[in-house]
Amino acid sequence: MQSTAEKKQIRKVIFASSVGTLIEWYDFYIFGSLAPIIASQFFPKTNPTAALLSTLATFAAGFIVRPFGALVFGRLGDMVGRKYTFLLTLILMGGSTFAIGLVPGYDSIGFAAPLIVLLLRLVQGLALGGEYGGAATYVAEHSPAERRGYYTSWIQTTATLGLLLSLGIILITRKSLAPNDADSIKAFEDWGWRIPFWFSVVLVGMSIYIRLKMHESPLFSKLKAEGKTSKNPIKESLMHKGNLKMVLLSLFGATMGQGVVWYTGQFYAQTFLETACKVDFEQTRTILIWAIIFATPLFIFFGNLSDKIGRKWIIMAGLFLAVISYRPIYTKMLAVASTKEVVLDESKTKIERVITPANGKDHSIQTTTTVRLYQNGITEKLVHKDTVYASGLEKPESIDKLSKELPDEGYWTMVVLIFVQIVFVTMVYGPIAAFLVEIFPTKIRYTSMSLPYHLGNGVFGGMTPFIAVLLGTLYAGDVLVGLWYPIAIAVVCLVIGTIYLSNKIDPEVND
Amino acid sequence: MNTIKKYLGLVWIALAVYSYSILLKTAIERMKLVPTTDTIIQWSIFAIIFLPIAIGFVMFGWMAFKGAYDHLPASSNEVED
Repeated sequence: MQSTAEKKQIRKVIFASSVGTLIEWYDFYIFGSLAPIIASQFFPKTNPTAALLSTLATFAAGFIVRPFGALVFGRLGDMVGRKYTFLLTLILMGGSTFAIGLVPGYDSIGFAAPLIVLLLRLVQGLALGGEYGGAATYVAEHSPAERRGYYTSWIQTTATLGLLLSLGIILITRKSLAPNDADSIKAFEDWGWRIPFWFSVVLVGMSIYIRLKMHESPLFSKLKAEGKTSKNPIKESLMHKGNLKMVLLSLFGATMGQGVVWYTGQFYAQTFLETACKVDFEQTRTILIWAIIFATPLFIFFGNLSDKIGRKWIIMAGLFLAVISYRPIYTKMLAVASTKEVVLDESKTKIERVITPANGKDHSIQTTTTVRLYQNGITEKLVHKDTVYASGLEKPESIDKLSKELPDEGYWTMVVLIFVQIVFVTMVYGPIAAFLVEIFPTKIRYTSMSLPYHLGNGVFGGMTPFIAVLLGTLYAGDVLVGLWYPIAIAVVCLVIGTIYLSNKIDPEVND
Repeated sequence: MNTIKKYLGLVWIALAVYSYSILLKTAIERMKLVPTTDTIIQWSIFAIIFLPIAIGFVMFGWMAFKGAYDHLPASSNEVED
């Protein structure tokens, strides 16, 4: 039984670790949440799909380097200590995020723009690779054995809350740059998108202050005092057969499936709502925000439950439910946003034309906005832009943008459909920190647990939106084709985890 | 159960080789079909990052076939052996 002082101490540890980790996730995800705008700012505008894919690739690059960050900073954490290592990752993350907000666009500096952004994104990925393992290890090494799942589950909420914070800051910024919505959105798309990146510096400053007051992990301090810290944690993690087999088992039996479920539920769902269902920018993000708010307490619930019934079966149940439900859920999402075979209320159709002269050029832009109301309550907005030349000789350039606003019933149905996907996320993700911490010994824990975590989440999970969009372009006839990637990975992981993993809770991580 | 674990090891090796060869084949086809910088970069990224993963999966299968997962370690001393 814990004393009041011990409980107070662990709460401090959780708070200090969680705030920093949450901010790192915020920094990492604003890039993903602003992918379409970043595509238009830093990549050639000639081909929007190429620009979006390039952005997703840049976004994915941040994920791919995460395992390297896990190795570099994991090694540092196992040799120097947990506290200073994840202080360093926080500074790197904050600095690179702030710098992304300062990079001039493609129009100003050409290909240097995407290159600088890519480099900064790589620094973000490295920093995050070092952060999470440290925070989870730090909290677990302060926790009593019978509450390890519960306490580490607080760290597990930070990724989702970081995403929530990024969505919230983006929406607030987008609405507050001018007195009316249209001007504010235009200002956001021109330059206001930089503000969420700059805001990071404030958050990181606060977190550094909090973390400086923390003490080193007691288990690591003990090892250090006894001179038992590892001289070469990477070699011990990967060259010792006993360790390597557990690194591989953790990856293929747990984190790879967990990674794809996480990124399908919270990122691919967002991309799908916006690109396949054509739900407008603001509704897409508020739908996700509500679903996250309702589902987040379940991270704690499943972390706590894992202390009672073990980690394995909760994670496996989450994978199983995801595998069998993804296609029905996404089919329903398409149906909710569909206007096919729905009667159009012709009397409420509005068409508005605005001609804006392009400063200093020999043409104007004619914007035709058509707003249609369907009998199922969906409002469809089609913005058609034509380039109009005075001479009438050049070929006009046209761009169409379709977005839909859902009625209340459709909106809340979408919230429920995303919520269900995030429930799967809480099942696979809530207990995973405790699960990984218990598999590896203290002296190489930071390195060993970080590696399968970031391979599973960074490579398998982080690539989910990118691979799913790419599958959609390869097999254009099937809108749901992108789901086969997370489903296939989750099935293999489910089989491996069920057959090879143990459900035993390790009573002693002090070794 | 140990027999299942052992022979499934061969399935994992076959799955790793098969999946990676499909990935490589698709990457080469796409790069030939649309030889733009974007396509080459995207597919090269896939081919490069999934290579160590495929090798790791082969190693996992081989270890399973050799019985490395018949007994999971109960203490850290066993893990480090």
